[in-house]
Amino acid sequence: MPDLGLDVLFKGKNMLRLLGGLWVAVKISLISVAISIPLGILLGIIMTSKNPIIKAVTRVYLEFIRIMPQLVLLFIVFFGSTSALGINISGELASVIVFTVWGTAEMGDLVRGALISIPKHQYESSAALALTPAKTYIYVIIPQTVRRLIPLSINLITRMIKTTSLILMIGVVEVLKVAQQIIEANRMSSPNAAFGVYLTVLLLYFIICWPISMLAKRLEKKWG
Amino acid sequence: MNWDFIWKYLPLYEKAALLTVKIGWAGIALAIIIGILCAIVLYFRIAVLRRIVSVYIEISRNTPLLIQLFFIYYALPKIGVPVSPEACGVAGLAFLGGSYMAEAFRSGLEAIEPIQMESALSLGLEKSQALRYVIMPQAVSVSVPAFVANVIFLLKETSVFSAISLMDLMFTAKDLIGLYYKTTESLLMLVVFYLIILLPVSILGSILERRLRHAGFGS
Repeated sequence: MPDLGLDVLFKGKNMLRLLGGLWVAVKISLISVAISIPLGILLGIIMTSKNPIIKAVTRVYLEFIRIMPQLVLLFIVFFGSTSALGINISGELASVIVFTVWGTAEMGDLVRGALISIPKHQYESSAALALTPAKTYIYVIIPQTVRRLIPLSINLITRMIKTTSLILMIGVVEVLKVAQQIIEANRMSSPNAAFGVYLTVLLLYFIICWPISMLAKRLEKKWG
Repeated sequence: MNWDFIWKYLPLYEKAALLTVKIGWAGIALAIIIGILCAIVLYFRIAVLRRIVSVYIEISRNTPLLIQLFFIYYALPKIGVPVSPEACGVAGLAFLGGSYMAEAFRSGLEAIEPIQMESALSLGLEKSQALRYVIMPQAVSVSVPAFVANVIFLLKETSVFSAISLMDLMFTAKDLIGLYYKTTESLLMLVVFYLIILLPVSILGSILERRLRHAGFGS
């Protein structure tokens, strides 16, 4: 059996350092999700507006954000802010900005989709039952939209966590960077460390994302 | 805005875009093949293979492409599987995309209710005819939106290839920013080239979706 370089993980605080790096990525995604969800709900409601100008503006925002790779957005904010605005923002802040802008667009689209997927007869039946518009929303429309939205928003969290792996590319010290440092530091004593360490990073991401997407799947089935 | 700079380095971007497109499409083509095979295994509930496919799908969908690429490129050579950057890009994209495509095709197949098959058989169609004329057209039209979304998603994911030293668009942009500090110009070209690659796919996709929407029965 070849040396898989797993011993490196148990040296010193290496495992703790990896987990610390992972936490940086997870923290950035949680902050971004927390800001994106309320903003996305707002955007989604605005997008159902009949006003052609509002429709066009939100549409362009959505399409641009969704068609650009997130890494390009990170580059634009991280490098562009320095050259265009003359301000120097940290990689972490750039990441939160980009993932919030992106998450808002994604969430907005989900909310819009959920809102327009409520059939018209729901409104009409509520009116026939003499519910006021406010009561229609509170008792009929919102509970249905929320049921559709919760699994999708949970999925957005896993997508966000997976996408935050990109912050390595703008110099944020997260789990992959720590992994590189550990491999580099142990290059003499265990030349095969790359295998064990990268396998661990892969598994760590899996351990975080898998339960969350399982939960989303289960809720989707239950309420679908 | 320094247009001379843009003009001078345009060929560099063209070369990089070509690399992105080449590896992107090769990876997507492989992903489609993997996706079809996995969807068939899941749909017909083939023993043992079904388990393997499920595990593969969960791992591939719940880990980021960047980490998958790092694993293929830096870790696999340690156990005797050397990979070139290009092969790694294609393999990584196929590994990631295979599971997304599988889910798209499987949900298409499963959306067709058994009564369709039963009705087709009772009308005297052979099983192969029923598949060809009744099930497949509906399944395909159901999976088109997910399929198009996956293609765009995978093309976007190619942006991380610079991490395994492939000279793609991101690599070129970062290089030019680092060398000449022409940030605005470099970023503008980056955005324009990604739009050139992705917009046609997105537009074509929405046309396709609109045309196939009415192929389903009863919706």
